[in-house]
Amino acid sequence: MTTHDTRPGSAGGADTPGPLHGGPDDDYTPEQLAAMSREDLDQLGARYDGVQILHVDPGPEPGSALERRYVRQVGAVFALAGLAAFAFVVVYVGSGWFLPDWEWTIEGDTWSTLFTPLLGGLMGLALILVGVGMVLYTKKLLPHETAVQDKHDGSHFDRVTTGATLVGGLHNSGLARRKLITRSLAFMGGGLGLMLLMPLGGLIKNPSAGNSLDRTSWAPYQENGRQRLVRLVRDDGTPIRPGDAVPGSLETVFPSRPGANHETDAATMLFRLRPEQLAVNRPREGQEDFGYGDYVAYSKICTHAGCPVSLYEQETSRILCPCHQSQFDITQGAKPVFGPATRSLPQLPLGVDEEGYFVALSDYPEAVGPTYWNRERI
Amino acid sequence: MARTATAPGAPTTRAGKMALEVDDRLIVAGPLRRTLNKVFPDHWSFLLGEIAMYAFIVLLLSGTYLTFFFDPSLREVTYEGSYDALRGVQMSAAYDSALDLSFDVRGGLFMRQVHHWAALLFVAAIVVHLLRIFFTGAFRRPRETNWLIGVGLLVLALLEGFSGYSLPDDLLSGTGLRIMSAIILAIPVVGTWVHWAVFGGDYVGELILGRLYIAHVLLIPAILLGLIALHLLILVKQKHTQFPGPGRTEHNVVGNRLFPTFAGKAGGLFFIVFGVIAALAGLVQINPIWLWGPYNPAQVSAASQPDWYIMFLDGSTRLFPAWDINLPGNYQIPALFWPTVVLPGIIFTLLALYPMIERKLTGDTASHHLLQRPRDVPVRTSLGAMALTFYIVLLLSGGNDVIADKFMISLNAMTWAGRIGMIILPPIVYVLTYRICLGLQKHDREVLEHGIETGVIRRLPHGEFIEVHQPLGPVDEHGHGQLAYGGAPVPKRMNQIGGARRAIRGFFTPIESPAAVELEQRREEHGLANAESRELTTSGRPSEGGRPSEGGRPSEGGKPQEPRD
Repeated sequence: MTTHDTRPGSAGGADTPGPLHGGPDDDYTPEQLAAMSREDLDQLGARYDGVQILHVDPGPEPGSALERRYVRQVGAVFALAGLAAFAFVVVYVGSGWFLPDWEWTIEGDTWSTLFTPLLGGLMGLALILVGVGMVLYTKKLLPHETAVQDKHDGSHFDRVTTGATLVGGLHNSGLARRKLITRSLAFMGGGLGLMLLMPLGGLIKNPSAGNSLDRTSWAPYQENGRQRLVRLVRDDGTPIRPGDAVPGSLETVFPSRPGANHETDAATMLFRLRPEQLAVNRPREGQEDFGYGDYVAYSKICTHAGCPVSLYEQETSRILCPCHQSQFDITQGAKPVFGPATRSLPQLPLGVDEEGYFVALSDYPEAVGPTYWNRERI
Repeated sequence: MARTATAPGAPTTRAGKMALEVDDRLIVAGPLRRTLNKVFPDHWSFLLGEIAMYAFIVLLLSGTYLTFFFDPSLREVTYEGSYDALRGVQMSAAYDSALDLSFDVRGGLFMRQVHHWAALLFVAAIVVHLLRIFFTGAFRRPRETNWLIGVGLLVLALLEGFSGYSLPDDLLSGTGLRIMSAIILAIPVVGTWVHWAVFGGDYVGELILGRLYIAHVLLIPAILLGLIALHLLILVKQKHTQFPGPGRTEHNVVGNRLFPTFAGKAGGLFFIVFGVIAALAGLVQINPIWLWGPYNPAQVSAASQPDWYIMFLDGSTRLFPAWDINLPGNYQIPALFWPTVVLPGIIFTLLALYPMIERKLTGDTASHHLLQRPRDVPVRTSLGAMALTFYIVLLLSGGNDVIADKFMISLNAMTWAGRIGMIILPPIVYVLTYRICLGLQKHDREVLEHGIETGVIRRLPHGEFIEVHQPLGPVDEHGHGQLAYGGAPVPKRMNQIGGARRAIRGFFTPIESPAAVELEQRREEHGLANAESRELTTSGRPSEGGRPSEGGRPSEGGKPQEPRD
């Protein structure tokens, strides 16, 4: 005992533990434990944890030829792992310094092509070898022991005593009797919960407000007080005249409005039908005059899940969506003929302006893209 | 009692003294000993969940690295990096930074591919782990909670995967996001409202990438991490299940203690998993975003597939017929709603509730810590095989355009094969699996009763040929084994009960002659071999060798036995 221990409030470990201390420290004095071997102590501790060592296969005899061989094996594996790891460092640091540059070039320089595979190969090799070394060590050099541990279901004693504490606390709080408090607590809880959820309301927006699902940039617009029809232009902005394309062709066109070639609902396919296709062409009812000569234009956005339908097989007049394989027949008003799509691709009414370029006579007569709950009503 | 240096058991080494200092402050010796002494059962299938956890660690490490470089923004920029083919192209900052990460960050492409491969492996390991739990009945009481958490982890892993591969804003990921937008729109009544809440407006808007990003790097990983911790905590508390075997009961776990054996093996497995991911990431290209190009709503490439774990939903979407439901008042439920919202809803609900369903149907409410072999529970095994078949048909249908292309099959034929296959294959597989389970069960019982087929044909004095059978234990007066089936594997070959000579040494070529080994072993086990050969002649299976099963067979003394019934 030092002088510090005698000062008030500095008792340290000098006082004696209370009568509730208990535990294995009471069963085994330090003297008893000091007299036990390490193996016995290990087994004793294990027994306290419900574990019994049933059987131990000792590892290879220390100093034996077998042990030396396994040590060599494990050592070699770890050394190789280190070698691969250092090689990774050399490749990573040295590229562009004393090794060729790692950066990718279109000419396909050998080192830049090999850089990523080398990194992966070396790191993979190093890590796999570390793992193999550890497993080898465990399997070849460690004693193999078979242990058994007891498994307990819940303790009845614990349940009863814990239950008593819980119920006792609840009983003492008197909440069961004090109805006013329980009711006000419930009211408060509901209010607090709602209050904390409220800021999420910032996410809610009205989908019907503004230029939304039913309008595209194909709609005629006002300029200088008069209504202008929207021209069909290619991705690079050039307008299109009838006769620019050969029969049987397909071209993706956009409204000639700023930024419209990246709008998600504007992309349109302009077909020039071959005479055979024109002969069997049966447009949708009420849309017989939407085409212009042998040209027809349909929305490129699939009515199923909104992917751009892109693959045109002109022999069969079919348009295929590569996402879910819906197929549309463009000689039947782009009606779906196979796959999960249920609605025809909307048709754009075509016309030609005073300069002889294609224009959309109006917006699409229906909403473009995938079906939704109130599509028909918008 | 202040400790002094001379007290018995006081540490004398420097490490011991330090350990004492630590334990004086933190009192960790007890919990640490309990942890080190924890016994883990030794079976390869218990490592599947570990693989998932290690893949998750790799995901956290590599993902954190990626955030140093990635910019989840849809701001328009012009690409000026070192990939010539796209230089000067307008693209989002997200795609631009993902390209920079691939081409202008030293080792960045490698790290991106580590992350992607680890994600694929993570979900794969979860699924295989789930199958192991399912087919061995490890989900039974008291482990229903952990089953539910596991199913939650799987669903979150799918969401995490989707939100991750949607981030680079290349043509493929943008197409995936477009379909997700359509799926949200397809929800009846609230679809457009939900879409406006998620995307902040019409597709694609400017917010979605930032929202996906924070979900991907913070929200979902935090929940995953919490649930994984809970999953493990419950596992430690309930202790492992184990397969039945000698000395294994419902009230113990037989295996290795955590330290050092299990720690060595598990640590080794971690490095091997990490190493395999790293090797794949370097050697096998995954998601080459520079080939897809920036997202453009007017463009798409053929064979646009999601990552494998979402492919079953892509498949179901392809197979579902064109059935819009038109309701009075011009309202519609789109065909897209059923295969993408309802079907996964049903699948994951059934999966989550399966332990409760089985408990209800079998009336088995007891606690189980011993696993079942799949053959011993034919109904569950067949149900699982049936569900798996359904899933695989959907999965393959998710790539039916690629299969059609590579094998020159009509695309429409592939769709119809999937539509028909998903309905008729599962019941067929159910019946087949059921029969196989019963067959395997019967064979186990047969071996227990009659012994192992030794392959030794013996001619009896009166000319009859019989195949000699090795009984596994004591036999009754009819030569029938008396061992009962205990749910553990029954040895089926003589090798498994020590009937074979030891393996010839030599890795590539044998370095000793088989005949010498044979002789050596005979010398060593002279007495034992004698005893065995005597046993071999006295037992056998009467029904073998064309002999009518009801016929008696002569015992050793030549006295005819009672006919079997």
